[in-house]
Amino acid sequence: MKIVAVCGMGIGTSVLLKMNAEKALRAMGVDGDVEAADIGVARGMARTADVVLTSDDLATEIGDVPATVIVIDNFTDVQEITDKLTAQIG
Amino acid sequence: MNLADALPETAIRTLARAEDWQAAVRLAGDRLVASGVTSDAYTGEMLAAIDEHGPYIVIAPGFALAHSRPSPAVLRTGISWVSLAEPVPFGHAVNDPVRLVVGLAATDHDGHIEIMSALAGVLADESALEALLAADSPALVRELLARHAPA
Repeated sequence: MKIVAVCGMGIGTSVLLKMNAEKALRAMGVDGDVEAADIGVARGMARTADVVLTSDDLATEIGDVPATVIVIDNFTDVQEITDKLTAQIG
Repeated sequence: MNLADALPETAIRTLARAEDWQAAVRLAGDRLVASGVTSDAYTGEMLAAIDEHGPYIVIAPGFALAHSRPSPAVLRTGISWVSLAEPVPFGHAVNDPVRLVVGLAATDHDGHIEIMSALAGVLADESALEALLAADSPALVRELLARHAPA
């Protein structure tokens, strides 16, 4: 499972999202690799990823990619990330 | 690390008044400048990032992580903390209005992971966050943060 956490700048929100996505994967017992990326490189990375995690505002900027794009409302809520990942990948 | 170690009193403002989101972000930028983390130009870069990408920096209910990318205006990696007396709308669909703005500046993409990890721990702790939002002095914010055990 390859996951890309995307934010506008690649230093702030995506880093928080990456840390909490890793916690979510551990809780799910899923083996996965999470990388943080800024919107500039996200489209390229999304080509080889299974899942893209990002915010509502940025999801529209990412546009159509082969990966499943999941919108996260609360980046600090590991439970929300776990629930949404579980719903997508079972 | 503990978040208090990354926040000197000069980097903190409590129960500040901001008339709109731009003013709130500027307050966070002012604290970064006051604590020697950035030059004035970085505040404009944070505002430009929101103009460009929208209010995605409001990443949790009531919480905005104001930041831009590494640039010459970043003197060292650091954060600032501004709690607002009155919540301010940033235009976010679900997480508005904002009660806490943390300003973040980083010199590279990896050097601030410990700070972010400590911040995530505090934000996930609702009762600690409520006490922090009610705190009426930078000294009290630091004291509460120092007491906060890492998750």
